[in-house]
Amino acid sequence: MRKIWDIHGGIHPPENKAQSLDHSIEFAGIPAQLILPVSQHIGAAASPIVQIGDTVLKGQCIAEAVGPVSVPIHAPSSGTITAIEDRPIAHPSGLDDLCIVIDTDGRDTWHQPPSSRDFTQLDKATLVELIHNHGIAGMGGAGFPTSIKLNVGEPNNIKTLILNGTECEPYITSDHVLMREYSRKLAQGIAILAKLVQPEEILLGVEDNKIDVVAGLQNALKQHDFSALTGKATSAEVITFPTKYPSGGEKQLIEILTGKQVPTGSLPASLGIVCQNLGTAVAISDAVIDDRPLISRITTVTGQAVTKPRNFEVLLGTPVEYLLARSGYNASINNRLVMGGPMMGFTLLDITMPVVKTTNCILAPTEAELPTPPPAQACIRCGLCAEACPASLLPQQLFWFAQGKELEKLEQHNIADCIECGACSYVCPSNIPLVQYYRASKAEIRQRDADMQQAEHAKLRFDARQERLDRLEAEKIAARQARQAKAAANKAAQAGQDPKAATVAAALARVGAKKSALEPTHKAPASDPAPDATLATDVDDPVQRAIARRATQQQADTANPAAALQRAVESAEARLKKARLRLTNAEAEQDNNVDAFKLAVDKCQSKLNQARAALDAHHAAKNL
Amino acid sequence: MFELILTNPFLAAVLALLALGLVFGAVLGFGAITFKVEGDPIVDQINAILPQTQCGQCGYPGCKPYAEAIASGDLINKCPPGGEAGIHALADLLDVEVIALDDEHGMEDIRKVAFIREDECIGCTKCIQACPVDAILGAAKLMHTVIVSECTGCDLCVEPCPVDCIDMLPVATGKNAWSWDLPNPTVNPSPIIASDREPGRKDAAA
Repeated sequence: MRKIWDIHGGIHPPENKAQSLDHSIEFAGIPAQLILPVSQHIGAAASPIVQIGDTVLKGQCIAEAVGPVSVPIHAPSSGTITAIEDRPIAHPSGLDDLCIVIDTDGRDTWHQPPSSRDFTQLDKATLVELIHNHGIAGMGGAGFPTSIKLNVGEPNNIKTLILNGTECEPYITSDHVLMREYSRKLAQGIAILAKLVQPEEILLGVEDNKIDVVAGLQNALKQHDFSALTGKATSAEVITFPTKYPSGGEKQLIEILTGKQVPTGSLPASLGIVCQNLGTAVAISDAVIDDRPLISRITTVTGQAVTKPRNFEVLLGTPVEYLLARSGYNASINNRLVMGGPMMGFTLLDITMPVVKTTNCILAPTEAELPTPPPAQACIRCGLCAEACPASLLPQQLFWFAQGKELEKLEQHNIADCIECGACSYVCPSNIPLVQYYRASKAEIRQRDADMQQAEHAKLRFDARQERLDRLEAEKIAARQARQAKAAANKAAQAGQDPKAATVAAALARVGAKKSALEPTHKAPASDPAPDATLATDVDDPVQRAIARRATQQQADTANPAAALQRAVESAEARLKKARLRLTNAEAEQDNNVDAFKLAVDKCQSKLNQARAALDAHHAAKNL
Repeated sequence: MFELILTNPFLAAVLALLALGLVFGAVLGFGAITFKVEGDPIVDQINAILPQTQCGQCGYPGCKPYAEAIASGDLINKCPPGGEAGIHALADLLDVEVIALDDEHGMEDIRKVAFIREDECIGCTKCIQACPVDAILGAAKLMHTVIVSECTGCDLCVEPCPVDCIDMLPVATGKNAWSWDLPNPTVNPSPIIASDREPGRKDAAA
């Protein structure tokens, strides 16, 4: 006997399962109209590939997957597409969503008649593709695309494959009858799963209130040689454990069967575990072996407001209304209609809503059976909720923080690990709708994170735009100043005759140069340096400066010829000095150009003499 | 040395304190250089809380300038897109009183995005220049359109449009955006106590 573990908390609500177990699974029939929401799974909604008026056959793909996290949708029966429009869907919001509506023709003609395939000859990639193309999403509740969960790669670290036959929620018996009647298909599905993930052990967890199915399951599992499929010494076991709600939660079941707790924020795969729903395993068997897409499921219809509670094999898209009519539904004694179980289900606002891939139960209770929750009273801090919580959280602390909208505190108290099982609300003596607080707070946290991401994005774009505007402005200013400086310099060069204008222009040019050198760096340090550089060279251009200086000198010279002559003498002397210096250097180094330097010295000497003569002549003229 | 300390306890005390002072001074000095923080961290923290709609309803040209203004003492209740939650977060950060949103700067509203009625657009580019986050696409004399995922709903493009072809539409809420409401016990108070019951019902019962 294998060791099993216990989970923290949990409750024992009345099971109410016997009512729907008397009958075997009954085919619900083909309703006049099938309504297929394009989004029956987690991830991107499928995209319709049919038009209004098209005739579709049973099993034909009518909407294809969009992106990696998505699955296609197939026609559950043959008929005509009469609408592709927003209809109320099976969702707690009661919102409308895009649905494909098929008016059935009753002939139920197959698109491709189901064939038989030997899955042991197929490789993993083909199997995953088959599972994806047949529209299989988790049928337990969340509806996560199964092909993604099974695409574990090669080699993988998966040691344990767990099949979830717990079905811990009261009233629901769809998995129970599935194990009772479809054990052969179930074992085939498990074999396919084993081939895909290659586990070392396969555990089928069943609560001990379904003990009648165990022998049948064990027999069915014996038909398969799992070791041959996995290439490992794989064992397959059916394990029963005491009934307790919510043992069927994925993380809870893993703890019960393996004693391991899945860490916060990680997936079971990190512990080497893959967990699958039974309905999904049967759907995989149908898809891979019989080539039959996911077009129907087993749904329990129960509660005291129906006279014939039982399990139906229902075509997806069948309106709830149709199912109820077949089970002897008495609307007058039914206080509310629940999709799912009494613990985690949601109230259906519209009975035209269709059954989807995740609909395991339609519950029609009377007021006595499932009373309207009495008004909430104040929390008395009794702590029952903390004892009941299967995730070992502190529900009353979470409740306070949710009331005060202290999202960070909620996160610190691990609200993300809440599985919304409703055990805390069930035991609460004050009838506080605790789970609703947690659901709302989780949504708020998600919204806040999304908003923060959006704000961060907006900030980046705003900063980028601001930088661009600053840069453009700086470039504009720089270009304007460059133009001004150039104009000033040109003016100075032309205004040779006007002494004042020339000095003013030169001064303007200098000021302009200084400004442009200072301002752009001061205003926009990050801006492109190119315009500044061109500006600086423009104004600092030695040629321009020389022109300006020459202009001023010319003016000065015409005003005072003696000074000009004096300067000529001085410059000639300076040149002579330089030339002599070069000559002595060259002589010392025995340079070849000594002669040339000598010539230069002579020339300078003669120029100096000329200048002196001119000066003397000027003085003489003046003295005269 | 030891004798000197024994004979002059006062001097010893002064020396000990001096030594301690030097050691701590050195540690603080080292810390001030090693752990120097560039920029003003409080402005960045405030800016992180602001919603970055860049709408200018606060009277400043963007969220960063308003963050700077708050850091230098401006009131925290001028940001309608941030709403009450934003004021609470700012009050927590700055340790000041929570004050009501200033109506002068606008009311808290649901999130909206701009939508250009494209057949009416004349391609004047005025809205493109007004958009603080470059969320409008278009060119002169060509139709413009809003990139919904980039639009912050700031409203700044509506005013400059000469043909009034920009609408602010509420962001579409679908199945994925829907969420459970927080139960509100005050909306439907429990009619358990007789005096809490509505007068009409009491009459009917009587």
